[in-house]
Amino acid sequence: MLGKKAKSRLFILSAILTLLLILVYIIFKSLEDNVIYFLSPTEIFNKSNISVEKKIRVGGLVKVNSIQKKDKSIDFIITDLKNEIIVSYQGIVPNLFSEGKGVVVEGKLKDKKYLIANKILAKHDENYMPPEVSKALEQSKN
Amino acid sequence: MLKKLFPNKIISQSTNTLNYLLILLLVFFIAGILYSLIFSPPDYIQGDSVRIMYVHVPSSFIAVGCFGLIGIGSIINLIFKIKIVPLLTKSIAPAGCLFSLISIVTGSLWGKPTWGIWWVWDARLTSMLILLIFYIFYIMTWKYVNDFEKANKISSAIGILGLINLPVIKYSVDWWNTLHQPSSISLTSAPTIHYTMLVPLIIMFIGMLIYSAIIFLMKYKVEIMKFKLSKKKNYK
Repeated sequence: MLGKKAKSRLFILSAILTLLLILVYIIFKSLEDNVIYFLSPTEIFNKSNISVEKKIRVGGLVKVNSIQKKDKSIDFIITDLKNEIIVSYQGIVPNLFSEGKGVVVEGKLKDKKYLIANKILAKHDENYMPPEVSKALEQSKN
Repeated sequence: MLKKLFPNKIISQSTNTLNYLLILLLVFFIAGILYSLIFSPPDYIQGDSVRIMYVHVPSSFIAVGCFGLIGIGSIINLIFKIKIVPLLTKSIAPAGCLFSLISIVTGSLWGKPTWGIWWVWDARLTSMLILLIFYIFYIMTWKYVNDFEKANKISSAIGILGLINLPVIKYSVDWWNTLHQPSSISLTSAPTIHYTMLVPLIIMFIGMLIYSAIIFLMKYKVEIMKFKLSKKKNYK
């Protein structure tokens, strides 16, 4: 079915493509730290060289009953259900920020358990439903 | 069906086809917009801002899908050198480019009220921006490289390079931590969107597909005419 010329073009093209794929894979592997948008509290806990100078982003769930508001500042705990980090922040939080929901904070670590944030982003999950359905779901859980 | 796309048939048939498609487009868009803006429920967390999804998700799907076709077309084009293929891929590009732009704009309009920020450099958003850049380069090549054969080769290379980006877009939310949430719709598991929201999403998707088909047909018709014209000139 394939002509001789087409065959050789197919061969060259697939060789180039394979090389390119390997190259892209290597690039992504070496840039992994930059590609990952945030770290989990456990990843920070396990990391040996954590800098307190550099800004980092931490993501996880806002621990239930952990939000404490004082004047303009807000303290809460980020958890990935294994490790926790206390976050302190001054400013306005996004609308979707609430207990038990996902959050990504950006700021500097004081130590592995304490972070001073200067940006808070709410992260939402892939579930979409009307309020009535969510209520019904919660009722059936209890 | 495919025979209708052949150069000799397209010009005589496409006016009729376009009219049918325009009527279909009107029906789907009116139904889709009414359903998604009025009759569908607000989300349990996001409230009414979830309605941006009905434009954002279909646009993203079409943007990625169109480039997939361009990429596959580019491979076929370089290997088999079928004359009609570059005209086809060239005509797919405008709709895809438009929808990738719409996807990015509606995405940041959605990001502000939900995440609290217009734009972040996470893997999903960045790879989508790269897709838009690939579209722009692809279209610019056809526009500014005057020699057809040369433009054909360069644009095919861009198409194939851009093809590598597509799985990165698709799986970025699974491979890396991103601010963007994972997919709600997948081939292997049930969608995590309630059906009252899934139905308007599908209607909007079909509507936008029809719109892309119209843009494609119009562009393709012009490309065929241009190609025939350039051939005639060469014979003289």
